[in-house]
Amino acid sequence: MKKSSTSVQELPGAAADRPVPPPAWQPRTDPAPLLPDPAPYRALGTDAVAAADPGLLLRLYGELVRGRRYNAQATALTKQGRLAVYPSSTGQEACEVAAALVLREQDWLFPSYRDTLAAVARGLDPVQALTLLRGDWHTGYDPYEHRIAPLSTPLATQLPHAVGLAHAARLKGDDVVALAMVGDGGTSEGDFHEALNFAAVWQAPVVFLVQNNGFAISVPLAKQTAAPSLAHKAVGYGMPGRLVDGNDALAVYTVLRDAFTRAVRGEGPTLIEAVTYRIEAHTNADDATRYRSGGEVETWRAHDPIRLLEHELTERGILDEDGVREAAEAAETMAARLRDRMNAEPVLDPMDLFTHVYADQTSQLREQAEQLRAELAAAAGEGPGEVR
Amino acid sequence: MTTVAVKPATMAQALQRALRDAMAEDPSVHVLGEDVGTLGGVFRITDGLAAEFGDDRCTDTPLAEAGILGTAVGMAMYGLRPVVEMQFDAFAYPSFEQLISHVAKMRNRTRGAMPLPITVRVPYGGGIGGVEHHSDSSEAYYMATPGLHVVTPATVDDAYGLLRAAIASDDPVVFLEPKRLYWSKASWSPDDPAPVEPIGRAVVRRRGNSATLITYGPSLPVCLEAAEAARAEGWDLEVVDLRSLVPFDDATVADSVRRTGRAVVVHESTGFGGPGGEIAARVTERCFHHLEAPVLRVAGFDIPYPPPMLERHHLPGVDRVLDAVARLQWEAES
Ligand SMILES: Cc1ncc(C[n+]2csc(CCOP(=O)(O)OP(=O)(O)O)c2C)c(N)n1
Ligand SMILES: [Mg+2]
Repeated sequence: MKKSSTSVQELPGAAADRPVPPPAWQPRTDPAPLLPDPAPYRALGTDAVAAADPGLLLRLYGELVRGRRYNAQATALTKQGRLAVYPSSTGQEACEVAAALVLREQDWLFPSYRDTLAAVARGLDPVQALTLLRGDWHTGYDPYEHRIAPLSTPLATQLPHAVGLAHAARLKGDDVVALAMVGDGGTSEGDFHEALNFAAVWQAPVVFLVQNNGFAISVPLAKQTAAPSLAHKAVGYGMPGRLVDGNDALAVYTVLRDAFTRAVRGEGPTLIEAVTYRIEAHTNADDATRYRSGGEVETWRAHDPIRLLEHELTERGILDEDGVREAAEAAETMAARLRDRMNAEPVLDPMDLFTHVYADQTSQLREQAEQLRAELAAAAGEGPGEVR
Repeated sequence: MTTVAVKPATMAQALQRALRDAMAEDPSVHVLGEDVGTLGGVFRITDGLAAEFGDDRCTDTPLAEAGILGTAVGMAMYGLRPVVEMQFDAFAYPSFEQLISHVAKMRNRTRGAMPLPITVRVPYGGGIGGVEHHSDSSEAYYMATPGLHVVTPATVDDAYGLLRAAIASDDPVVFLEPKRLYWSKASWSPDDPAPVEPIGRAVVRRRGNSATLITYGPSLPVCLEAAEAARAEGWDLEVVDLRSLVPFDDATVADSVRRTGRAVVVHESTGFGGPGGEIAARVTERCFHHLEAPVLRVAGFDIPYPPPMLERHHLPGVDRVLDAVARLQWEAES
């Protein structure tokens, strides 16, 4: 085709001979080390247990038992009308507890509505953790006290916050890691994508923990993503993805700790997918029989995080009958105390509705507060009539 | 002896039936949303649709509101008639980019060549003891966006009729479902529904001549109750149910207020920047010489929606409506 080569030569500025290939292309990062293992990492039943600190193992065990009891108690409180709603983390305690225990004093936790247990295991008063779900206020604690952001209800919206906080800490020269928790469904939201991208571009000291519990309310993971795993999504952002058995408390702890080490060293973010299962319905208001079989639930019950750890620790002589009993008793004490405190009617001040909207109350809000005050006074004067 | 069985039905059932009938009549109607398939939606409004019409007609989408509405735009561009469900009022916010930048503007942008017949169903409002983000009255955001119709039923009949009309509309409709009325009941026959009226018409729910209560959605039952209670005070209140915020039925509203000479707008949404301001201004512009008193508003306080244990202090109730009616300068009359 001599003719066409002639026409190329005629193009203004064209090279004398033929088009040249573009500059050599190279991936910006080598994808191989970012890829998750083909199967979820497990520590229990391997040499990793012998290598682990027995104190840590016993602590994990105690917190799991306490966490399970906490979930059961909170669910019972919904039945008694003491909680407006409760999204249980029963079956997911290993993730919740490991998340709390891996955090250092100065680190931050960004929980979702399902993660009150992680907050409690970090040291937050359970009554304060449950305030949102009891319905007396939107957040029951000062986030700065334990460095726990408010429980986030709009899915995945807490993830960019975690990135921004971790980034800010680094800009200020502080050694702080942010741990951001999200569900499998939440990974479909745009905020998930944006958070991971920012985190990787900024190399922010943040760890993303996705609890893949199989469902987003009724929607199974298969309708949520076509990715090989959620951990694989990390590769597209240029951060490592780790896949872990979410019911193996030691494995979750270990993978989280490794990710924290990377973050502290300035090596950037990590995405962790913990494969677990939501044993209860989405919340007490949900009817899970409409979309999943009891058989599936039973299969997962057999892979229970507490039984797994208890079995392993007893086999190895790290835990004995006394230890099991003591953990159960401690959990009972916690539950009884929680029950008593939740049975007390919270004292609420309706004027709080106007107090915290702005730093300085607007004149409009002052007027409205006066209106409500007058209404309440009038209603009180009339006797036990409700304000309609 | 054959009679049509008229049994009590809930608003939720009427909405479900409207979707079902629309899908049966028009194969281009597709339902999309979170949990709308197998579960039938968290409020069961899409119950049975996936079973009857298949997953392609009633689809559990990935969990992403911007994606749901954005793909609905593309589906509408290609001739389908998507009905999108937002799970709760506050969870529609991620979709605002698509709604405001495209859904509302596409017809105008393309000089009418590319209309988007999309219905966005949004359960809205409080009074159900929902925790934060489950009780917003978000209608003012939608009303402030030219290009969107904004409608909201308050009765079982209207739930059916308005939803059918919304789906049939060639313009995008934000269909606000007052979630605390989902379980309200009325005699209603799915086999003999009232004829579907075009959207944009208000209706007088109660005749009266002392003053007009202008309201919509979740506040209609409050106003009707207030009107009953007002009889003891000697007030005979008229109650207008707007049904459609955009388009706004100036004629019906102004006609009522000209007759009564007094008006109170009642809604759950915040007062400042809320729908009541627009409504009061329109009434004043049209009825100034007939008004015996300024148009008053009874609205939610100008605060983020309260937690369940405090919401009763926020929601406009019968007493606040009656207090407002009492302030309509009756002294001048005697
Ligand atoms: C932006 C947004 N859309 C919808 C919802 C309603 N919603 C609450 S939980 C939930 C499912 C979440 O599933 P997943 O992320 O897997 O978390 P899980 O509940 O399983 O812990 C949905 C759709 C919400 N909270 N936020
Ligand atoms: Mg999930």
